[in-house]
Amino acid sequence: MYDQSKIRLIRAAVEQWESTDVRRSRSRLPERRSAFTTISGAPVNRLYTPADVADLDYGRDLGLPGCYPFTRGLHPTGYRGKLWTMRMFAGFGTAEETNARFKYLLSQGQTGLSIAFDMPTLYGYDTDAPQAMGEFGKCGVAVSSLADMEVLLDGLPLDRVTTSMTINGPAATIWAMYIAAAEKRGIPRQALGGTIQNDILKEFIAQKEFLFPPRPSLRLVVDTIEFGTREMPRWNTISISGYHIREAGATAGQELAFTLANGFAYVEAALARGLGIDEFAPRLSFFFNVHNEFFEEIAKFRAARRIWARTMREKYGARDPRSWMLRTHAQTSGVSLTAQQPEVNIVRVALQALAAVLGGAQSLHTNSMDEALALPSEKAVTIALRTQQVIAEETGVANTLDPLGGSFYVEALTDRLEREAEEYFRRIEALGGVIPAIEAGFQQREIAEAAFRYQHEIDTGERTVVGVNAYVADEPLTIPLLEMDPHGYERQVARLRRVRAERDNAAVQAALRRLLDAAQDSHTNLMYPILEAVNAYATLGEITGVLRQVFGEYQEPVFF
Amino acid sequence: MTERKIRVLIAKPGLDGHDRGAKVVARALRDAGMEVIYTGIRQTPEMIVEAALQEDVDVVGLSILSGAHMALCPRVIELLRSQGMDDVVVLVGGIIPDEDVEPLKQLGVKGVFGPGTSTGEIVEFIRQQVAG
Amino acid sequence: MERTADALLSALLAGNRRALARVISLVEDDAAEAPALLSALYAHTGRAHVIGITGAPGTGKSTLVNALARAYRAQGHTVGVIAVDPTSPFSGGALLGDRVRMRDLAGDPGIFIRSMATRGSLGGLARATADVISVLDAAGFARILVETVGVGQAEVDIASAAHTTVVVEAPGLGDEVQAIKAGVLEIADIFAVNKADREGADRTVLALQMMQGLAPATTGHHRAAGPPTPHARPQPGPQEDGSWLPPIQKTIALHGDGVDALREWIERHAAYLTATGGWARREATRAAAEIERILRDRLWEALLAGLPADCFAQTVAAVVRRETDPYTAATRLLTYAP
Repeated sequence: MYDQSKIRLIRAAVEQWESTDVRRSRSRLPERRSAFTTISGAPVNRLYTPADVADLDYGRDLGLPGCYPFTRGLHPTGYRGKLWTMRMFAGFGTAEETNARFKYLLSQGQTGLSIAFDMPTLYGYDTDAPQAMGEFGKCGVAVSSLADMEVLLDGLPLDRVTTSMTINGPAATIWAMYIAAAEKRGIPRQALGGTIQNDILKEFIAQKEFLFPPRPSLRLVVDTIEFGTREMPRWNTISISGYHIREAGATAGQELAFTLANGFAYVEAALARGLGIDEFAPRLSFFFNVHNEFFEEIAKFRAARRIWARTMREKYGARDPRSWMLRTHAQTSGVSLTAQQPEVNIVRVALQALAAVLGGAQSLHTNSMDEALALPSEKAVTIALRTQQVIAEETGVANTLDPLGGSFYVEALTDRLEREAEEYFRRIEALGGVIPAIEAGFQQREIAEAAFRYQHEIDTGERTVVGVNAYVADEPLTIPLLEMDPHGYERQVARLRRVRAERDNAAVQAALRRLLDAAQDSHTNLMYPILEAVNAYATLGEITGVLRQVFGEYQEPVFF
Repeated sequence: MTERKIRVLIAKPGLDGHDRGAKVVARALRDAGMEVIYTGIRQTPEMIVEAALQEDVDVVGLSILSGAHMALCPRVIELLRSQGMDDVVVLVGGIIPDEDVEPLKQLGVKGVFGPGTSTGEIVEFIRQQVAG
Repeated sequence: MERTADALLSALLAGNRRALARVISLVEDDAAEAPALLSALYAHTGRAHVIGITGAPGTGKSTLVNALARAYRAQGHTVGVIAVDPTSPFSGGALLGDRVRMRDLAGDPGIFIRSMATRGSLGGLARATADVISVLDAAGFARILVETVGVGQAEVDIASAAHTTVVVEAPGLGDEVQAIKAGVLEIADIFAVNKADREGADRTVLALQMMQGLAPATTGHHRAAGPPTPHARPQPGPQEDGSWLPPIQKTIALHGDGVDALREWIERHAAYLTATGGWARREATRAAAEIERILRDRLWEALLAGLPADCFAQTVAAVVRRETDPYTAATRLLTYAP
């Protein structure tokens, strides 16, 4: 792309400039730091020129939007054709309360649904289980049976809006409830669009909401991918996630590498099941974090698209261009938001959201300012949604494709992140693959180390967090926080008891027995017996209990 | 007479699996010369108190980000009392709304450390509490 | 909770676990009351079977200890567990994370788990570990499992503290078999090849067998197997000549496979020791090692206390200046001995 002789001239000019103009300037006014690094620890140069991306080849490395390797975007018209989906993650308390919040968000202009479940649900426990003590509704909505799901989705246009569900260990069962609820309303499963997170590998690495050991967990994931591939053409069977890996402390490079490595592991598992790559790959989707380091995040999205495209085509032999396209949801980083001076979080989120848009995400959740304090209040979530709308309508950034493409800095960052990811791929390979690496604690240790380093930088003041270790203000909190229905727990448990009493218990027992048999047979796709059990109003706890019995519970070894 | 080491139990009660903070604090306390027993995630209050008893710790640090602190903390403190372990210093870290801080302290929690706390603060607090 | 030494002692002997934990702390901290407590407790010791579990990091020791403890509980034995982890030489602190892998044992009143940091000791056990074993013994635990750090000279330390030493290996950890390290082959009473479902497990077993075959016949209780031919290879365990050929037991601690068999080997070893007088000999070795350790500590302390202020530091400085040498210096210092 660049004339090598001109590159040499530029290099020489830069050296000259550094030894004269820069040196003079620094002797009068030293730079703010002796060395600048990104939040991920990568060095940041004073200036980037074509010399920093001398080997860039437009056709090979960048391409055009909608064309391999998709670095500049997945679609030829990008946001000019269709804006990203504004999809606000929501859920708390009872299904009724969350249903009301969904309707509110849709009325305020959000374009996709995203469901947050409470801890007991995430772990496959019914609301009244002893392990669920104190946890009902605190970080999401409680769904213990199809009855709860029906209330949760009541009055929502499931045939016109797509729904993302953040659920992992019990993903198959919750998905089955969603499908069953929609079908009871007359909407056939083939018409349903949405995503289940269903990414168990990142649970072992970061979020720790696993249930069963790795191998049976992976079997369940492949069962769901297979089911979706056969029966639900509009549904993303998995959301391969980097968000949680990043929140646990990973750097941008680690987030990129570990997420894509997990993605390739799922591809290999589905291939081993006998699915054709172009059958299932188009419906694999991703979920990345978008953190503070503005340009690094934009580069991360671009690198992700390029690596996925290249690997899917060259290594796995995918032929359908849709298999090469890395479609991703993004969420602004929760862990970067502060409890101190929470209104300042609005600013952080706006800048992070801008990076996600410039990075080309397909859908976006923006955090609310009260993220470090409680679940979002209506006012806070509205501001978060408006943030996306302002970016979309008022900044103009969505009116041209990949506007930062060609920036010497951004292209250099994209290249660097790609190289970093490839180095991690080699190391994971050397350990025998993703699951052996997880069992050896490789990813977990890398993340814990990065998390410790980051905290150290904040403790020593090397890294500034406004309001926390600089510009501190001792003011009392003034923003109103979300209040939930204090009787929610009783109402939920009452409904659960009614369901258990009024259903055909013989049918439930029979369905659970069939599930038990199916779970013991590795050749049966568990989605079908789970669907049957769900339709009979077996509860989440009962279904998960059967699976726990067969697969066992995973106890993670701890890595610091 | 060897130098007395401060022994701390860091535990994650309930279902919350977000252990980034707990692990960072555990390492920081180790670096400050303390002996830290990390229990891992998914601990019941009973398991936590049993471990605290057997390990004869000076401090129990609970890390909770799930919002279930008002159910879990009282239970831990109640069990500690029933074992005659009133002198154990109980600390809580994680996502704790301001309005719950006083009630927790009334229960017997000695310190509540929310987001933005530096590890140095926690080390200092523990040293003061154990010495006093 | 009464703190006086006598009250603690009676409570401990009566089964009070808080008292047990407190006494362990006093012993660990080398508190003033510790020697008296240990003296009083000693009469109650001697019943427990002490089993050392050692091996390189990553072999799954903690998981194996967890599984073994469960196997013992299933047989109705009470189990004390001591898990040792290294103290950081820089900070003096320690991260004691072995309990995490023993989740299964939670809530069982027949189990007591204590994590210990080495606190500067180099041998893979803490200085106080032998004493803590005595405390658990006096408290009535039938089996005491001691998990070491697994590096350095840990193996030698554990052999003098335990009746039965289990060396844990696992396939695929790099250098083929840790037993190549000097001394390990001699102190292992039993080899556990853990993670036996992994690639290379059989190779590890073979490597251990070959090493047993290549080892010269010792005059100690471990005997070499001779060249490993299929016909001539003797059965592991007690031999006709009274020696013990360490068995090599494959285990998958995570699933419990082979753990009962391991437990049986450990019991068989205890029976062997009793039958051949080996138990008494081990007790004697342990007692001798303890008395020696206590004597060394006390003699050293007494000597130091008898030195004039700064005398030691000045002697060191003189040696460094080459005005004298360590041997002459020591002879001189001994003249201050009480």
